[in-house]
Amino acid sequence: MNDGQTYDRQQITQEEVLLDVRNLKKYFPIHKGFLRREVGSVRAVDDVSFKIYKGETVSLVGESGCGKTTISRCIVRALDPTSGEISYSGEDRDPVDLATISQSSFRSFRKEIQMIFQDPFSSLNPRMTIFEIIGEPLLVNNLGNREERQTRVSELLSEVGLPQEYMQRFPHAFSGGQRQRIGIARALAPQPRLIIADEPVSGLDVSVQAQVINLMMDLQDRFELTYLFVSHDLSVVNQISDRVIVMYVGKIVETGPPQELFKNPKHPYTAALISSLPKPDPAQRTAREALEGEIANPASPPQGCYFHPRCPFAVEICKTEAPELKEIKPGRHVSCHRAEELSLEGIPSINEN
Amino acid sequence: MSTDQENQVTETPLLSVKDLTTHFFTSEGIVRAVEGASFQIKAGRTLGIVGESGCGKSVAAKSILQLIDRPGRIVGGEVIYSSPQSGSSENLLDFTPTSERMRRFRGGVVSMIFQEPMTSFSPVHTIGNQITEAIRIHSDLSKTESSELAVDWLQKVGIPNPEQSMNEYPDQFSGGQRQRAMIAMALCTNPSMLIADEPTTALDVTTQAQILELLKELAVQNNMATLFITHDLGVIAEIADDVAVMYLGQVVETAPVEEIFSDPKHPYTKALMTSIPTIYALPRQRLPSISGAIPHPQNRPGGCPFHPRCPSFIEGICNTGVPLLTEFNDSNNVRCFLYEASQ
Repeated sequence: MNDGQTYDRQQITQEEVLLDVRNLKKYFPIHKGFLRREVGSVRAVDDVSFKIYKGETVSLVGESGCGKTTISRCIVRALDPTSGEISYSGEDRDPVDLATISQSSFRSFRKEIQMIFQDPFSSLNPRMTIFEIIGEPLLVNNLGNREERQTRVSELLSEVGLPQEYMQRFPHAFSGGQRQRIGIARALAPQPRLIIADEPVSGLDVSVQAQVINLMMDLQDRFELTYLFVSHDLSVVNQISDRVIVMYVGKIVETGPPQELFKNPKHPYTAALISSLPKPDPAQRTAREALEGEIANPASPPQGCYFHPRCPFAVEICKTEAPELKEIKPGRHVSCHRAEELSLEGIPSINEN
Repeated sequence: MSTDQENQVTETPLLSVKDLTTHFFTSEGIVRAVEGASFQIKAGRTLGIVGESGCGKSVAAKSILQLIDRPGRIVGGEVIYSSPQSGSSENLLDFTPTSERMRRFRGGVVSMIFQEPMTSFSPVHTIGNQITEAIRIHSDLSKTESSELAVDWLQKVGIPNPEQSMNEYPDQFSGGQRQRAMIAMALCTNPSMLIADEPTTALDVTTQAQILELLKELAVQNNMATLFITHDLGVIAEIADDVAVMYLGQVVETAPVEEIFSDPKHPYTKALMTSIPTIYALPRQRLPSISGAIPHPQNRPGGCPFHPRCPSFIEGICNTGVPLLTEFNDSNNVRCFLYEASQ
């Protein structure tokens, strides 16, 4: 029923590249011994490239340690990347490489790139009022005087569905869902173009989760926002995303639009993630093959394809040679030696009507 | 299982919780965490308790084992345990938390596993030590016999190199491994029931799938009842036989799992069902959501606690009287005026 809308969104999205991440690497050194000698490194993000088009929602999904949060932190330069490029096309500006510019020149981009965090209980300063919290990004970016800030904050509060009278209250007076709305209002305050949301609904109850996701989609349409959505939850990702990037141990294993990806996965890891998800229907309960083994250690990943020790389809080449991320059709990339020959099971096509 | 046994099973539940009430007497006032919760667990079956944060599901489970710390106190209700061996019943709340009977009961008859396996193990004792201790407390086995049994159990829950793992510390285990060891520790005494409080919430989905499979398998092997607490309806669909839905300290609906999903009765259960995102839905669709937020347990709304958020709210009824958990049919109980009226 919303097909028309989805189609329009796709048209907007493929026009203008907002963020172009190329060969991004982030290694964390491991120090050992008395002299704290560097003995190795954790390859948290290992040669990752992707593009985000203006107006779309791109999701990074994967299990813990796959590097999804590290990527988002590199983009806002909370971490300095080891190497690679993060090319950002600002408004009326030439593309700039966010990976290498100095922290002081990055400041001028801060208001354009905002973050929403996972835990609304630890991300709001308990000693600041809601007005101070939401107004802070305006204050530090020198946007308006106190009166203008006040007007803007009350605007923002009604935007995210909170009464304006709440402005003088402190965070402790709010529930998790309300706090997340406050976090969203703060992110919106300096009129950003890109919002990076790191597990924004993982800490919330299901009944509140839906409210926050709905709100994020509404705001995106109203303010032409671009989202980089980081999550481990495929169901939430399916609801909000235009494109999904699946990661495993610091590398991209597969990309594509959510339904294509879930119905027709091309990488065995994506297929395993899908079959691991509990099915919300007791009638479909079957004894399934749980994926064996554990996530590889990013400090000493296995040879060849990182997934091969757990992969039921691994052959000789998988043990020795790391596969490249290849485009198998427009909008779909897979990093698997056997992508072309395997036919993997995804979700059945229900709810198509 | 023979039909005789099955009949017997349906007659007396293994554990029957009636009007359980646990309050926390804080300096800011009384928090009514569990307010008259009732549910039953049948031998060999899995009851899933589902609810959002603050609904009292964890406190209810801990109350069964009387693991409530001050300022909390169980102020009312009954927890009737019927021994499948002797057939005798006793109200566990007749015993004090520190009594010999309760200490035998905990771990011996009913074991519990927790969400965060890192904090449930002692960091300064080896895994082997901790499992062996549990066995020795609840049996007469010698030290060597106990440690052999512990190795057996580590093997059963799928820990690689169990002998070697006996001498390792919890921090040397990954999250999934720790949860496996936790399960071994809980089950090594052959309890007739396991309470699992969000055992897979902290785990990745692929690990969660492994642990759920393991729990299912072991429950069948040991003919063990399970009380499975979770906020995740997907996990409930996967593992439970029966379901109790909780909201603000009360059970609002109980039913077999198929009925909860195919024909939910209580407006809260219905709303929960439609508000979960799934990977089967078309992307970029708005989900119907429950309006408002869960009230703070100190500000329980009067009348039916769900009335301020309820789409079927009836002025003058729902905000004045408290509905009772009434039998809808043989297997279904609902706490809602919509169904009381039809009686």
